[in-house]
Amino acid sequence: MAGLHKSEFSNPIINWIDTRLPVFTMIQKEYGVFPTPKNFNYFWNFGALAMVNLVIMIATGIFLAMNYQPNTLLAFGSIQHIMRDVNYGWLLRYVHQNGASMFFIVTYIHIFRGLYYGSYKTPRELLWILGVIILLLMMATAFMGYVLPWGQMSYWGATVITNLFSAFPWIGPKIVTLLWGGFSVDNPTLNRFFSLHYLLPFILTAVIFLHVAALHITGSNNPLGIDVKSPQDTLPFHPYYTIKDSVGICVYLIVFGLFVFFFPNVLGDPNNFIPANPLQTPADIVPEWYFLPYYAILRSVPNKLLGVCMMFGSILVLFVLPWLDTSPVRSARFRPLYRKFIWLLVIAFVVLGYCGMNKPEGIFVVLSRIATLYYFAHFLVILPLLGKLERPLPLPESISHPVIGGRGGGPLPAGAAAKPMEKA
Amino acid sequence: MSKLRSLIAGVLAAGLLAAPLVAVPWAAPAFAEEEIAMPNESWSFNSLFGTFDLAAAQRGFSIYQQVCSNCHSMQYLHYRDLAGIGLSEEQIKAIAASFTVPQGVDDQGNPKEGPATPADQFRSPFPNPQAARAANNGALPPDLSLIVNAREGHANYIYGLLTGYANAPADFKMQDGMYYNKMFTGHQIGMPQPLRDGTVDYVGSMTNDLHQEAHDVVTFLAWAANPEMVERKQMGVRIILFLIVMTGLTYAVKRKVWANVEH
Repeated sequence: MAGLHKSEFSNPIINWIDTRLPVFTMIQKEYGVFPTPKNFNYFWNFGALAMVNLVIMIATGIFLAMNYQPNTLLAFGSIQHIMRDVNYGWLLRYVHQNGASMFFIVTYIHIFRGLYYGSYKTPRELLWILGVIILLLMMATAFMGYVLPWGQMSYWGATVITNLFSAFPWIGPKIVTLLWGGFSVDNPTLNRFFSLHYLLPFILTAVIFLHVAALHITGSNNPLGIDVKSPQDTLPFHPYYTIKDSVGICVYLIVFGLFVFFFPNVLGDPNNFIPANPLQTPADIVPEWYFLPYYAILRSVPNKLLGVCMMFGSILVLFVLPWLDTSPVRSARFRPLYRKFIWLLVIAFVVLGYCGMNKPEGIFVVLSRIATLYYFAHFLVILPLLGKLERPLPLPESISHPVIGGRGGGPLPAGAAAKPMEKA
Repeated sequence: MSKLRSLIAGVLAAGLLAAPLVAVPWAAPAFAEEEIAMPNESWSFNSLFGTFDLAAAQRGFSIYQQVCSNCHSMQYLHYRDLAGIGLSEEQIKAIAASFTVPQGVDDQGNPKEGPATPADQFRSPFPNPQAARAANNGALPPDLSLIVNAREGHANYIYGLLTGYANAPADFKMQDGMYYNKMFTGHQIGMPQPLRDGTVDYVGSMTNDLHQEAHDVVTFLAWAANPEMVERKQMGVRIILFLIVMTGLTYAVKRKVWANVEH
């Protein structure tokens, strides 16, 4: 249905644009008055933090790309050129390098929030699935980005990870050759990884747009995990959550700043300060910290193909999580058993990470096997059964009038209550 | 009650955010198969606000010139960078001019050489890795531009290596042309002991024992690997202080905006 939009903006220029392309109305609707549950805690900051992080990564990455040389003979030196000669190059590079770690810290906490409060349950399944796609894209982007400095760990990490695909029968070696653009990790590999490392963030941006669009259809979950029932349950996004997110962004920037300015290499590997040498394998090949849990899963299985399948499976299982969890109750606050198991999952994930940075010997083999077992059992056995066995606590009547606890209703500020509800 | 809860959630979230800061150094893997005590030297640059001891770095540079640079390149440094350890423009010009470096080709197309300028890279002792190996019993002396960052243990490790030479234990099998070193993985290193008491002469009353020499050259190498460190930390202090104030202000505004909301 064509037709001009009837804009309510009084500024003539904004009104003129908004009549023809109602972007201002959209921003006002989605980020101004957007009705948001009023009971968010600070865990609900992390989506916004991830968004900020993405912008920082793209902004710094564009300027790094202006000074970087995707060529095996020049790449390592061009990073040193950035660090030493480019104006504030060291700042751009350290922000980008530590920004990758910050991105994963923020995203892992964001995912934990979703798991703890059941944000993946109906009607937010697709929102969750888009999130898992975002995680996969992030991983691919981070992996390829780590190859670009062309240090020892870049090279050998790339060799080990791309070689994983060779485990698949028949098609495997063909995939590996395609990834390499040849018969070993070499200049064609570096070229295509650079190209893809520049491309994927924009695909990521597109999927994040869908993620946010889906969020604005279903509305946000909240710490109680119950649906919004009346306008009293919500607040307009602005100024309530713009200011609350701002507090989170400030704290996040402090942590980010501590890494960048005082511990810029603490999350990196000393081996990556040595130029890539195909003839000399480092004593230990370890991926970046954010991949360590999956690396531990891979190494906990003696069979290569099975290990690779389980490593990928550990992410893929998240796609079907909305249907594995049979409990109708979202928030762990009202699920006494789930509340314990979810922390076991966190412990298993951390243990896997710790095992991933150690050689697979002795106690670490045992530990990583137990943790791997729990990781999969949690999703494939415990969650399906728990929904049937667990007796959830009584749910509050509404966000404004909880049956239990001290979060009473009470009068809302006039501006907040007057906003109409977007959805029934 | 609800305030308390959201406060706890906030603190927990911030804690999770900062966890890798604490966890990673603590969980760093051991640096060698056999546990040798990593030296714990006091460095001018290690603390949160630490800077480089420029006098030590300058002495270290002269050790690099007199000793290390016979075999080790520092290809990512330029002579102009030496301003970072406090050398003047004239000193840098003089140092650069004492090296002859390739300068492209002349009008006839023949390779040309001439004295280096401050804009030139540090001259490498060998034209290529093969020549370096040939001159060093098959071993390749690593480039030292980033050596402090490139080893587990960083400055302490390099110090330990330089001071770690000893006579091999009686039952230890040494290969020909190798030297025993307590710090080096496998204890056999291709580099003969580079520094001893009195290897270089210091101006003034500075003691030139092995400890001081190693300390100085490591200070120089630490600067060479992280020349931006002082500027970085200074900028960091200002930015973190600003952000703390900003966080306080933002939180105050948040409290005010939310003051009338029962949540």
